Amino acid sequence: MSNDAVSAAKAAGDGSSAAAAPDPLAQVAPEPGSAKPDPILVADDIRKSFGGLRAVDVEHLEVSRGLITGLIGPNGAGKTTFFNVMTGFDSPDRGRWSFDGHPLAGMPAHRVARRGMVRTFQLTKALGRMSVLENMMLAAVDQRGERFLSSLVPGLWRGQEEENRTRAEELLARFKLDRMRDEYAATLSGGQKKLLEMARALMAQPKMVMLDEPMAGVNPALTQSLLGHVKALRDDEGMTVLFVEHDMDVVMDISDWVVCMAEGRIIAEGSPQSIGTNKAVIDAYLGSEHDEPAAEDTA
Amino acid sequence: MTSVEQRTDPQGDTVDETPESSGARGRLTLLAVIVVLPAAVMAAAELAGLNSRAIFIDAFRTATGPSAAVYALVAIGLNMHFGYTGLLNFGQVGFMLVGAYGVAIAVSTFGLSIWVGLVLSIAMAVVLALLLGLPTLRLRADYLAITTIAAAEILRFVFRSSDARPITNGVFGLRGFADEFYRINPIPAGDYQFLFLTLNQRRVWQMVVAWALVALASVFMWALMRSPWGRVIKSIREDEDAARSLGKNVFSYKMQSLVIGGVIGAIGGAMFALTLQTVQPDTFLPQLTFYAYTVLILGGAARIMGPVVGSVIFWFIVAGFDSFLRRAAAVGVLPGEYFSTGSIGAVRFAFVGLGLMLLMIYRPQGLFGDRREMQLDVK
Repeated sequence: MSNDAVSAAKAAGDGSSAAAAPDPLAQVAPEPGSAKPDPILVADDIRKSFGGLRAVDVEHLEVSRGLITGLIGPNGAGKTTFFNVMTGFDSPDRGRWSFDGHPLAGMPAHRVARRGMVRTFQLTKALGRMSVLENMMLAAVDQRGERFLSSLVPGLWRGQEEENRTRAEELLARFKLDRMRDEYAATLSGGQKKLLEMARALMAQPKMVMLDEPMAGVNPALTQSLLGHVKALRDDEGMTVLFVEHDMDVVMDISDWVVCMAEGRIIAEGSPQSIGTNKAVIDAYLGSEHDEPAAEDTA
Repeated sequence: MTSVEQRTDPQGDTVDETPESSGARGRLTLLAVIVVLPAAVMAAAELAGLNSRAIFIDAFRTATGPSAAVYALVAIGLNMHFGYTGLLNFGQVGFMLVGAYGVAIAVSTFGLSIWVGLVLSIAMAVVLALLLGLPTLRLRADYLAITTIAAAEILRFVFRSSDARPITNGVFGLRGFADEFYRINPIPAGDYQFLFLTLNQRRVWQMVVAWALVALASVFMWALMRSPWGRVIKSIREDEDAARSLGKNVFSYKMQSLVIGGVIGAIGGAMFALTLQTVQPDTFLPQLTFYAYTVLILGGAARIMGPVVGSVIFWFIVAGFDSFLRRAAAVGVLPGEYFSTGSIGAVRFAFVGLGLMLLMIYRPQGLFGDRREMQLDVK
């Protein structure tokens, strides 16, 4: 945990070298719950408790369309629970949220995914005893052959299946998994499984991807390649990305905007540069009685 | 042994370099056991002065007979649930029961035709699947297991209760409902040679219909499982949250799987009733489900031909062993206190249990399964 804070502090020091391209969020106030120009996900008053523990207590959050938003916070801050609630994998005690203008509260997870908000998991969920290609093909949307009766009439879905196969193979090539296409997904390495999960999420043609710790347990070389893929989602496909990550270097590198949670609440929002020096963020990571960041830097 | 070493590999990433050859070798070993074991039993029988040819023919008769086909059908249904969808249905015998009673009640109690009976069988299986699935499919797999085993027992007790006697005739069961089935038999009366067996026209008719249903169900399963629908079903077995995150309505697919496997099991049950020509509630004990599991695992779960081959081998071994024990006990080769005619039925299934344990230890993927697939550290 303290390592994260150290790198956060370091990254804050490097902040001045960040890109100077026109920033769509330049006018946005760096404060919790700030309004964004073109939000795709808007959440209000989300509460979720486990027994006496209030895991999530988010008053207001907007996530900008077409940008990469990083969600950080110490362990137990409620980031994954918040993800689960947004994507329909967990139901909140109260709250309302909308995606692309459609309210999502009470909607089951599979329908959230069909609306275009597709998530990955902290513990990778590759479908082990299916081939890599089958993993990809599964994710294609609106498959005619997935209906029981039409599945018995190959003529109805053969063509669509071929189109999906072509697209799946393109994506696999992009993620350098094409060599593994016929292997069982369980035989992939941890990093390859992360790649597969990301490729599979793209196969579902989402408007927004929610990545839960995409870099966890991945070696540094592969981290760079994963980072490249995440940036490409934004730059080439105009996709919105919300991701949870502990590695501050990664967060500082690719985020357009950073949201920090602690004890279920959003305690800070801002550009990557500003978040590294935010006192509330440093307090959350190190506790409120800590040495000055400068002291950390010299260490 | 290698499989144990493989599983302890903490990475779960590395897999045996030569999976194909080891899979083929394992399959050959199991086949050899399946061939050598009966051969050894027959040689022992010959040495003990028994008629080994008669034992073989007893085994062959059962393995190709209608009951093997019925178990193949029941196990095909179970393959849909357990093998492909990962649903731990321990109450498949309940689907057999409604299938058998559907025909019996329609004909014996209400005087309708067996065709109406078959429709009733299927309808009752659908209703049973919905009743079981609606409350439990949202729960974890083990809850479904507990619920299904209880539901099958409840069904049996309801059908045998005195309150149900006007319809099911209680513990006495129903008979005389299969006449129409034999009346529509197009095979001329007479004896027919089938390899080592001499069969009358009724037996041939039973075998033709039962095995035709097995073939039909197998083709149906093949068509389903190669389609995108089958891909969703398998993804639910692997990880239902992943399926959900990709927009698949997991509950709906599980329900479809439960209904389809249940209906196939019920058709097996209806065929069971038509070949026995009588139904009694206490035929449908929980162990029938476990025989079906044995059949499925022996042949290989999640393989189209697994249940079919598994059933033939299972009944060949059970019936051959039974015949051997009976003949040996009759001439006094085996000690009478353990092998009286009354206890042989229990003894042979004790050996089936032993065989199943050995199978699970040495070849858990069954005859058709892929060893490599079993070694994968899926979670």
